[in-house]
Amino acid sequence: MSAIATELKNETLVGFYEQLWRIRLFEEQVQRLAARGEVPGFPHLSTGQEAVAVGVCALLNEDDYLFSGHRAHGHVLAKGSDPYAVFAEIIGRQDGVCRGRGGSMHLVDVAHGVLGATGVVAGNVSIAAGAAWAAQVRGESRLAVVFFGDGATGAGVFHETLNLASLWRLPLLLVCENNGMAEFTGREEHSNVAKVSAFAAPYGIPTQTIDGNDVLAVYEAAREAIESIRGSGGPWLLECMTYRMAGHYVGDAQHYRSKEELAAMKEKDPIDRLRRDLVKRGIPENALAAVAARVKAELDTVVDRARRAPHPDPRTVLEDVYSAWN
Amino acid sequence: MELTAIEIIRRALDEEMSRDESVYLLGEDVAAGGAFGVTRGLAEKHGARRVRNTPISEAAITGLATGAALCGLRPVLEIMFIDFATLAMDCLVNQAAKYRYMAGGQLSVPMVVRTQAGAAGGAAAQHSQSLESWFIHVPGLVVLAPSSPSEAYGLLKAAIRLDDPVLFIEHKRLYAMKEPLAQEEPLPIGRARVAREGSDATLIAYSAMVRTALEAADQLARDGISVEVIDLRSLVPLDMATLVRSVAKTHRVVIAHEAVEMGGVGAEVAARLGVAAFDELDAPIMRVGCPFAPIPFAPELEQALLPGTRRIEQAVRELAS
Repeated sequence: MSAIATELKNETLVGFYEQLWRIRLFEEQVQRLAARGEVPGFPHLSTGQEAVAVGVCALLNEDDYLFSGHRAHGHVLAKGSDPYAVFAEIIGRQDGVCRGRGGSMHLVDVAHGVLGATGVVAGNVSIAAGAAWAAQVRGESRLAVVFFGDGATGAGVFHETLNLASLWRLPLLLVCENNGMAEFTGREEHSNVAKVSAFAAPYGIPTQTIDGNDVLAVYEAAREAIESIRGSGGPWLLECMTYRMAGHYVGDAQHYRSKEELAAMKEKDPIDRLRRDLVKRGIPENALAAVAARVKAELDTVVDRARRAPHPDPRTVLEDVYSAWN
Repeated sequence: MELTAIEIIRRALDEEMSRDESVYLLGEDVAAGGAFGVTRGLAEKHGARRVRNTPISEAAITGLATGAALCGLRPVLEIMFIDFATLAMDCLVNQAAKYRYMAGGQLSVPMVVRTQAGAAGGAAAQHSQSLESWFIHVPGLVVLAPSSPSEAYGLLKAAIRLDDPVLFIEHKRLYAMKEPLAQEEPLPIGRARVAREGSDATLIAYSAMVRTALEAADQLARDGISVEVIDLRSLVPLDMATLVRSVAKTHRVVIAHEAVEMGGVGAEVAARLGVAAFDELDAPIMRVGCPFAPIPFAPELEQALLPGTRRIEQAVRELAS
């Protein structure tokens, strides 16, 4: 067990375990309803990558700004958004965080600092930098964090933003979830640069590549990064090596994966990993099973409620294109 | 006292920065005044923190302004040439324009993107375009195109105070115009201006083309043709009421702009008037714009392509005959 694990209280670690399950089971529900045709569009699941969301967000304050990409459910839940309002949004209901205007890929929940997910790969890395800049010029201690996949590093704006964030020493935490897959194609076909952290050095940005399936490793590295950022140390790039247990989108047949790869998946599962650590620490298996069962029951209720939530009124379709002036 | 558009726009920025400390200027070289000198002296007055030079990274700096606007600043971003807005299209079109809507009204983007457009002086194909019609096609953006220094002053003040993202297009030829500042107040957004009253034809224009249209109207008046010139000021939203009122009086319409005719603002205005004022029209609606070609370099080629008073006069005469 790592040094960080001995430092953290059982209660905190079980809290991580609970959050991991919340994201996992939430997305299982998304998948289940998608298969039944109840989810409009094409949701992207983060199954297998939950430890990154949980480890980083455990260190964020409510007023820190969070941005994410198309695989955002986990980040938003870990930041503290109400699972009911997020689920209602994903199935396009009026009670959703965006009143059914955004959906899975465009989740925004200002009350919890979630300033937005985007459906355009790398599309809001620069916007997160802008939020960080706003905090900086006002002398606030909050920071902005943006989650993105390794695929985003192929976009020009990613590099432009690294340069700018470094130059202006913005309080920005860049979290790359390197799952080795950009949509349907492996990283080796996208770039000769195997490690995303290699992009940080030329811009003078501190970086670390860590095991993103180990929530404690994520927590430990993110804590160092966030302490440095809050101390006005400028941006950080955290590369979390992880594994997308889900397809690119719900319904992706994943022909690009071998049977061996699928079999090895369980070994990497961040939930199982933390479970093993917790058991070693003396927390009884049945207590952990009870946590998962409780989260499952909670989400069953959430999903039932969300499915009964009102649909948006078609007469409101033109609301909020502009502010109230015209 | 006569002032140039550059001085008058600078004054609007200066006053808004003094009035509201959440107004920040961003862009390439803006601390030194920008490529056209519009922001000269503002960094000295309001501090380097609020007038910030950026790298040549249009995509990132537009995102930066958008993110800052989401968090309550009122950034005014300068994109040196509208041609370079192409590098910021994802942010403008997919992100900034849609933020408020996608968030179900939780957020807004009070950002002004000041940019400079149009052909003059051999700036050639990549520094001369009039790309406004790309932006009027995007719900969520406000698109303004002032025709005079005073109008730029009033519209820019209103744009900075607005909670929505605004593309503010300053024509190169505007910068050379001089006049006393006509009014000190912000102008209402979405209102066209009757720049000259007339009874035989309505000539609709915006940006620097308004001046060309007024010159054409002067010329036509000598031949007894009375032309009403309307300055749109705001392309989104479009003031259809003022246009319909004018057409009800003149029954003939010419729309003039520097952008290519194909898919331009003129096409939109014509289509809308074709419905809203169908019974008032005595003739087909005519358009005068650039032919479908890039802006050339050599002065005689540039002149050959750009629509001037002669083509506008010709169109009006055709209608009036």
